[in-house]
Amino acid sequence: MRSKVVVLVFFIFAILHHDVWNWDDRSLWLGFLPAGLGYHVVYSLVVGIFWYLVTRFAWPHATEAWAEKSSPE
Amino acid sequence: MTTFYILVGYLALLMGLGLLSSRFFKGTSADFFVVSRSVGSFLLLMSIFGTTMTGFAIVGSTAKSYTDGVGVYGLMASWSGLMHSAVFFAVGIKLWAVGKRYGYMTQCEYFRDRFESDRLGYVLFPILVLLVIPYLLVGVIAAGKFIQPTTAGLFPELFPMPNLPNGNPHPLNGGIPPAVGGGVICLIVLFYVFFGGLRGAVWANTFQTIVFMGTGVIAFYMISKNLGGLKAASEAVAASDFGAERLGREGMMSKLQFLSYCFVPLSVGMFPHLFQHWLTAKSAKSFKLTVVAFPIFIMIVWVPCVLIGVWAAGYLGPLDPGQSPNSVLGRMVGQLVHSPVLTGLVGAGVLAAIMSSLDSQFMCLGTMFTNDIVMKKYGADRFTDRQKIWIARGFILFVVGSTYLLAIALQDSAHVFDLGVWCFSGFAGLFPLVFASVYWKRVTLPGAYACILSTAMAWGYLFYHDILAVKPAGAGDEEMLVFGMMPVAIIIALSTVSLVVVSLLTKKPSEAIIRKFFV
Repeated sequence: MRSKVVVLVFFIFAILHHDVWNWDDRSLWLGFLPAGLGYHVVYSLVVGIFWYLVTRFAWPHATEAWAEKSSPE
Repeated sequence: MTTFYILVGYLALLMGLGLLSSRFFKGTSADFFVVSRSVGSFLLLMSIFGTTMTGFAIVGSTAKSYTDGVGVYGLMASWSGLMHSAVFFAVGIKLWAVGKRYGYMTQCEYFRDRFESDRLGYVLFPILVLLVIPYLLVGVIAAGKFIQPTTAGLFPELFPMPNLPNGNPHPLNGGIPPAVGGGVICLIVLFYVFFGGLRGAVWANTFQTIVFMGTGVIAFYMISKNLGGLKAASEAVAASDFGAERLGREGMMSKLQFLSYCFVPLSVGMFPHLFQHWLTAKSAKSFKLTVVAFPIFIMIVWVPCVLIGVWAAGYLGPLDPGQSPNSVLGRMVGQLVHSPVLTGLVGAGVLAAIMSSLDSQFMCLGTMFTNDIVMKKYGADRFTDRQKIWIARGFILFVVGSTYLLAIALQDSAHVFDLGVWCFSGFAGLFPLVFASVYWKRVTLPGAYACILSTAMAWGYLFYHDILAVKPAGAGDEEMLVFGMMPVAIIIALSTVSLVVVSLLTKKPSEAIIRKFFV
């Protein structure tokens, strides 16, 4: 269930990346940051938070345990 | 000479780090190739980030923003922030797990076992090597070409250049020639990889990542200060005819190109040098910091460079014919800061970004040759650990020497830097193979071959038309697009369809293989 939520949110992020509404927006956020760049800076920060939540709540414990179970080395 | 001394000091520090890392070497092949699978969260993040970011992240991003505007960040950086972390989480951890459980050191070893075919390894090996070599060439040539203008005027008697046809002195007069600069960089990377193995590369990458992230931020601060502050710098762009349109994306890139660029970062899933870095992780938990911090780290490196590039459009205006956009960062630092210390630090940052990719690539080619060819042909039991390490060192030496000679021969070729983009497209085309191998039980060996073959054919066809074919008179140097999309989108679509269709039409893999590789 959790992995399905991760995949769904991932695709929502992929859609949100395509910010066509900023395509011809040359305004400056805070007086210096072009809108199209400012949007993607915020996007990068939110993506970082998303991945934090993924590692917190959808961590692949089963894969980790499987790898540790028996190692030939 | 201050700039030169800073560069020399930086390179000497790297060699010292290489020597130090070799003191921790345990003498086993597992330690030489995968650091005894002992790398923790911080070193894993820094080494993977340093390996992934090339000199393009600093010099190329500034140049591309100068020509194409702020949309470059969304095109190349924020897509990578989302996709790289996704690949590390979804594919990297799975491959680390099978690598740890079955003792793999290379991709070919994994694919051979996963698809029960030795021949598949022999097919993949040359493809992976051929795709890494142009990537290496770009690094060596870029380093050499960067050192020459950075040291111009320092050694006029040792490296004289003839005057320009108009009688003016050559701007590169007295600079260290690319053949010497590139050679020194090769030797230093060889030094710490030869003695320290992948541990040397991991330690060096960590130091190099700190250097190029730090110098980028310092250069950004100094340049913005000398442009009158952040607001004044951006307002000047808005007021300039040449710069204003670079604050948006209209006319700079198409919407389909922007969308289809999402496939390019998938290449990290098939980079053999990243595969090797994943295997160094002490535990799956070591990946957590990498997955979370990657989008933020990319932002820290790219936002300053993109802004400097856009500001340069307002400050410098159009370049004269023959001037490369790649010179924009150097010109902004040179004209606005007038500090040999900062020039030296930025120079060290650019070299750090270049070298942190070169070391892992040299190391992975040595590892692949030893494990996928020599051990496979003669049997791993035939060699002691010490012999395996010396075989790898010998091949690394051969690869460094060959790369250097090729770089010298091709350094003035117009298309060498285009090859870098095509390398990414080739690796991305093979991504469906690795993704299916960890998630789809039904994928078969013929399906794997179909994926590789369709990637090779589509890639070869598009590469021929973009790089090798004679262009009609008046054709420009624009990036190749297919139906308005990046060529990689077509390559991935074809390789995915081939893999799925052929797998479904052929016999299921054995139950033993499914039990072996699926949790």
